[in-house]
Amino acid sequence: MTGVQLEIQAIAAVTAAACALPGAFLVLRRLSLLSDAIGHSILLGIVLAFLVVQELTSPFLVVGAALVGLLTVVAVELVRGTGLVREDAAIGLVFPALFSLGVVLVARYTDSVHLDTDAVLLGELAFTPFDRLVAGGWDLGPRALWVMSVILAVNLVALLLFYKELKLTTFDPALALALGLAPGLVHYGLMTLVSVTAVGAFTAVGAILVVALMIVPPATAYLLTDRLGVLLGASVGIGVASAIGGYWLAHALDASIAGSMAATAGALFALAFLFAPGRGLVAAARRRARQRWEFPQTMLAIHLLNHEGLPEAAVENRIDHLDAHLGWEPAFAREVVERAQRRGLVRSDGAALELTDRGRAGARSSLARTA
Amino acid sequence: MDFLGDYTLRIVALGAGTLGIVAGALGAFAVLRRQSLLGDAISHAALPGVVLAFVLTGTKAPLGLLLGAAFAGWAATLAVMAIARMSRIKYDAALGIVLSVFFGIGLLLLTDVQKQPDATQAGLDRFLFGQAAGLLRSDVITMMALGLPVLVALALLWKEFKLLAFDPGFGASLGLPMRALDVVLTGLLVVAIVVGLQTVGVVLMSAMVVAPAAAARQWTDRLGTMVVLSAGFGALAGVVGAVISSRVERMPAGPTIVLCVTVLVLVSLFLAPRRGLLWARVRARRARARLRVQAVLEALLDLDARHGDGHAHSEAVLEVAGAGRGGAGRTLAELERRGWAERRGDDAWLLTPAGRAEAEERYGGRR
Repeated sequence: MTGVQLEIQAIAAVTAAACALPGAFLVLRRLSLLSDAIGHSILLGIVLAFLVVQELTSPFLVVGAALVGLLTVVAVELVRGTGLVREDAAIGLVFPALFSLGVVLVARYTDSVHLDTDAVLLGELAFTPFDRLVAGGWDLGPRALWVMSVILAVNLVALLLFYKELKLTTFDPALALALGLAPGLVHYGLMTLVSVTAVGAFTAVGAILVVALMIVPPATAYLLTDRLGVLLGASVGIGVASAIGGYWLAHALDASIAGSMAATAGALFALAFLFAPGRGLVAAARRRARQRWEFPQTMLAIHLLNHEGLPEAAVENRIDHLDAHLGWEPAFAREVVERAQRRGLVRSDGAALELTDRGRAGARSSLARTA
Repeated sequence: MDFLGDYTLRIVALGAGTLGIVAGALGAFAVLRRQSLLGDAISHAALPGVVLAFVLTGTKAPLGLLLGAAFAGWAATLAVMAIARMSRIKYDAALGIVLSVFFGIGLLLLTDVQKQPDATQAGLDRFLFGQAAGLLRSDVITMMALGLPVLVALALLWKEFKLLAFDPGFGASLGLPMRALDVVLTGLLVVAIVVGLQTVGVVLMSAMVVAPAAAARQWTDRLGTMVVLSAGFGALAGVVGAVISSRVERMPAGPTIVLCVTVLVLVSLFLAPRRGLLWARVRARRARARLRVQAVLEALLDLDARHGDGHAHSEAVLEVAGAGRGGAGRTLAELERRGWAERRGDDAWLLTPAGRAEAEERYGGRR
């Protein structure tokens, strides 16, 4: 691995980690698409700031972009607040308009050599190591690495300081309001973090794939856990894995790094979607299959319990009687009895069936639950 | 030269107009069904389809690329539905995931295509950002060939789609296959979006779905009117945007069209009769004035009833009586103008017989 490769991976990993933290809250608060909106409209902020300072590396660009990101959120709120359009439509109205304004400004007032719409939308991670941060003649490393590390640190500090507030306003905004936690303030604080992070990240991965890094890893983590702390940690881990994995995928295919990062994140999500323990499609299918056999076993146990120790037990509690009593096909009855035996619910003596202690307890508790 | 310019403009305007009509009509349903942002996801997700179609067919013939786009957009819609239905991931996150991952895969494929020495990707780039100026006659014909069947299908299944938009439960109770209709309507939306991709590009296509419909919604409560208006707004924005962009230097067409449609939205939000913000404001002001008149009339009537000697009351007393909010003076002047109250002395007021009749007719029954 060369130094440049290492640096690209470091930038990608730090960017992914920085995006995953605020992204997790966007997913939980059902605001995922605000990341898309902010990611697009920051172009306008960058262009406006560029037109003022006429310099692409100025920190004012970041400030301008973050401000327009916030403006997007405010504008969406305003449009929605009129009650004339719904929230999804409000988002869909605001960001294309701001983005269009940005593109028109780029086309009319800037030299496209300096500011490229493609670059804003798509980013180019491969070039980031060549933009070095130099202080007093010392090469301190890629500028993007420094920028994203600072943003990651800011996100971490904000998260640690306001963990309680974020958690409560996310899961129970009414209680948060009652406790005086100012959900509105927390909302805009979070949106500020999202804006700043998106601005930092777009140079590396582009505006559209900021969405991939903000939404996909937390969504994947959400399929794996119910605890917020674990979710945040897992989001960062999955994000970093997507970044590193994506880098090597791009390396192997000689293709866009940002694109492969998004594709890798998508692949990890698909894995979780299919195989997540308890919640994945496979687990759900297996649960359904198990439940299909569990119910007849319960019925069998209850049936045996009903007649147990009574004179008719010799007639009723036989495998060949289940057809008459429960309407079960003989093959089905055999399968149920076999499964019940395997689970130690039922003993059989030839065709006669008897409950085990465990089967009796199970049948009683099922009856108690329905009573 | 002029003729050539006009011809190009005609083609571009025709293309943008077609896009506006088709996206506007289908967008009306998308907005009503709270699927505004599905358009965003579909248009982004079309990218890998476009690139794959190019890789597979090796040509940039618009029909093949559009079919590829439609296929990918369709797959994306199904993926969104599957994620939102079969996991705990909510609809918004499902859209974000599908949008960004499909787009990322598209980018991956695109850079792969760019490596091939003979394959200039110029035709593919157009899908990303749109390039109305580069529209050819064959492109426009393709757009129409795809757009017309969409509109015909919309007309044929009008009643069913109306039910789907407003009361799917009732539709199901009538025995209509609502799930299948949902799939068909979303499929039509996919085609509508794909038709516009070349002109305004992936990023801005979503605006052409949402904005005309959101504007049209403000003017009417009837679905038919809304769909026609929405298509009209879309076409208007498309044509005007195309003309502006061809007449003004360095005005890219896609963003110009989107800005035009945004202007339409703003005008509608403010000026549309009944729903518009401006009229709401006027109505609120009128209601306040009416309430003030009522309060002062009631106060005068009340004071009169208590004193019974027909003497005038000062403005200050009226203020205290609760009729004041924001100054009773202006309202009293208004009452005087209508001949319902008259001034006695400096600032004492009395109901006229007409005013008394009016007040008793209006509020007397309440006491």
